[in-house]
Amino acid sequence: MSAIKPKHQRLVLLTIALAALIGAGLLAAWALRNQASYFYVPKEILADRPEPDRAVRLGGMVEQGSLKTEGDGVTISFVVGDGQARVPVRFKGIVPSLFKEGSGVVAEGKLGADGTFMADNLLAKHDENYVPRELRDMNEHQKRKVLEETQ
Amino acid sequence: MIAEFGLAALWLAAALAGLQLVAGSLALTARGKDLAGIVRPVAVVQGVLALIAFAALIVLFCQTDLSVKLVAMNSHSAKPLIYKLSGAWGNHEGSMLLWVTVMGLAGGFVALVERRLPEQTMLATLAGQAFVSLGFYAFLLISSNPFERLNPPAPEGQGLNPLLQDIGLAFHPPTLYLGYVGLSVAFSFAIGALVTREVGPAFARAMRPWVLGAWIFLTIGITAGSYWAYYELGWGGWWFWDPVENASLMPWLAATALLHSVSVLAARNALRAWTVMLGVVAFSMSMVGTFLVRSGILTSVHAFAVDPERGTFILALLAINIGGALTLFGLRAATVTEGERFSVVSREGALVFNNVMLSAILGIVLFGTLYPLLAEVMGAKVSVGPPYFNPVSAIFAVPMLLVLAVGPLLRWRRDSLARIRWSMAVPAALVVLSAAGLAIRAQLHILPFIGLALAGGLAVASVLPLKGRNLARVPLAVWGMVAAHLGVAVALFGMASESAFSVERLVAVRIGETSEVGPWRVTLGGIEPVAGPNWTALQANMAASYRGGAPVEIHPQARSFWAPPQQTSESSLLTRWNGQLYAVIGDQAEDGRWQLRLWWKPFVTLIWFGGLLIALGGFLALLGRVASDLRRHIARGKIADRRMEQGR
Repeated sequence: MSAIKPKHQRLVLLTIALAALIGAGLLAAWALRNQASYFYVPKEILADRPEPDRAVRLGGMVEQGSLKTEGDGVTISFVVGDGQARVPVRFKGIVPSLFKEGSGVVAEGKLGADGTFMADNLLAKHDENYVPRELRDMNEHQKRKVLEETQ
Repeated sequence: MIAEFGLAALWLAAALAGLQLVAGSLALTARGKDLAGIVRPVAVVQGVLALIAFAALIVLFCQTDLSVKLVAMNSHSAKPLIYKLSGAWGNHEGSMLLWVTVMGLAGGFVALVERRLPEQTMLATLAGQAFVSLGFYAFLLISSNPFERLNPPAPEGQGLNPLLQDIGLAFHPPTLYLGYVGLSVAFSFAIGALVTREVGPAFARAMRPWVLGAWIFLTIGITAGSYWAYYELGWGGWWFWDPVENASLMPWLAATALLHSVSVLAARNALRAWTVMLGVVAFSMSMVGTFLVRSGILTSVHAFAVDPERGTFILALLAINIGGALTLFGLRAATVTEGERFSVVSREGALVFNNVMLSAILGIVLFGTLYPLLAEVMGAKVSVGPPYFNPVSAIFAVPMLLVLAVGPLLRWRRDSLARIRWSMAVPAALVVLSAAGLAIRAQLHILPFIGLALAGGLAVASVLPLKGRNLARVPLAVWGMVAAHLGVAVALFGMASESAFSVERLVAVRIGETSEVGPWRVTLGGIEPVAGPNWTALQANMAASYRGGAPVEIHPQARSFWAPPQQTSESSLLTRWNGQLYAVIGDQAEDGRWQLRLWWKPFVTLIWFGGLLIALGGFLALLGRVASDLRRHIARGKIADRRMEQGR
């Protein structure tokens, strides 16, 4: 490096720093395209299936009468619907306290080959002030339903 | 009465900030020179007034004065006193008041004690500080008045989010804010130095303690916040890449870079423009974080208020402050003369590398945090989580950690790797051996593998700067560096171990049944109802035994708060030197069994001990710098006195 004329040092440093930052930016953009988790409602996920290994989120209403606990006591299955389509969901874990039939939920996970959504995590309405953003953006009819059920 | 008193103090403080800005700017010109004398006192009084306003809000919350809207919305008479107190800043208006209070106090403190810089630079600095404060005062007074009255008064308050009713969280926001807003001083110093073109070692030495101080609070705040999320959310994770966590991480990354570049500037008079730039960026990241959190445009449990007007206001402040500062930088950067030169293999070279990597990670986190917003503009709803953040930031973090091991051993200006090769042999051998051992004995994912392999060597390398020195004579600042770097190694080991070796068990058990997780056997003894001041709970009484040893009682709870009505899960933790047992209770199934979720997390506590060690390192360095500055100050005073006597 000593071969470089000292008066160019600032330029060299700047170039290296810029190259690293641009590299980071390109890497980030590439990774985001592959790793960002898209949000679907049941109608969309059935019409346009995500790749089997892709982590996505599914949002909608937990259908009345669909919630079942399996024999191990910790795996549950239920159906998420949006009024137009229905997707069966399986989840192993402790459900959030405001998770119940007839109210809104966002499930994080993957859509299995058999059409069952395998959820790793469930997000429900935490409290009066915090609603998962996707639930907030649901249409008025669905929103009213959520409110009726959770108040 | 107290509310009006507080509001009056706030208005006065805002007016004084205006005066400080005008007087400070005019005093820089030839005609306004006479105003120079009032700038420092005004800054001090402004800080005190902001503190009075904040104290007034605290008193209102302690009294649960329900005629004040903010109290009625966020407090409740039956809440424990400590959470009445913390309720004062556990909401949008209160936290913004805390923001301006810290900002006013920081400015006042600088005005009071900082005498090393040329007076012109100080005036520009204080004017800059006042300019930024003024924006936030306007924001408070116009769109988020914390002292607004409610007529008629509410019969009872609405309470505080139970998740926030936790002793750790009570002091988390003030700590973090001291860090966030403390960086405003670095920002103002950068502005001051740009205005007067006084960028040099003296500027760096003046700025360094402030950056260190803010950075220490940020480090503690982030560490505490991570531990809070770990035990309070009951999900077993310690970092979620939640937008709010990122909002605190970004200023920390920038401040860490600034901390390292400012020592290059102080010691070697190099990296001049870059350091100034980082001073601007660090506080800009604090403001971006505030915008992201307070505007509610990103989903987060921390988002208090979803109010487009406020979001727009903060966005405007952001644009003015950051845009203005960057414009000034653009105009002046070319006139900041180039610093001293250095070769690539040198202490400076290593620190530049550290800076570039930290900036890259900062960019990656910022990009990932903002990406959902960009995607939404394009019509797609996405969220970005660990599958993006972990590997992409690791690509830059790992080379940085390698250079962290080498950098402190290098000499300033010019050095050769050959000189330090024998010192590096031990840590390098340790890395190779642990990598080989891990590869043979365990099937690990790539990131935990790298972390575990590096941690030991990194720990050894971080204490190498002490080798061959008389420990009694090693400066405090060097001890600080060693402690902080060792803290990085310790935290890295905790993170990698948690991710590599955690065991999870999810079961439904009847009372009296036993389940196993890792080396633990946990028996559910019974479930009983218990009550607290503002909640009732179902408590599981469990006995946990480690490798057949004597059982220890643990008590996870499912709590129901009644104001506001909400349920939380209180995890129960059992800490051993080599890890933590983490237990959560879930629902009761129809057949009477209870859901239990158990984790055994080997060495998980090292994550937070490492964080605290990093903060301790910062504290030692700060102590060392301030002590040596004071000694120099006193010595200079004595010389001056002697001259006076001789002159007589």
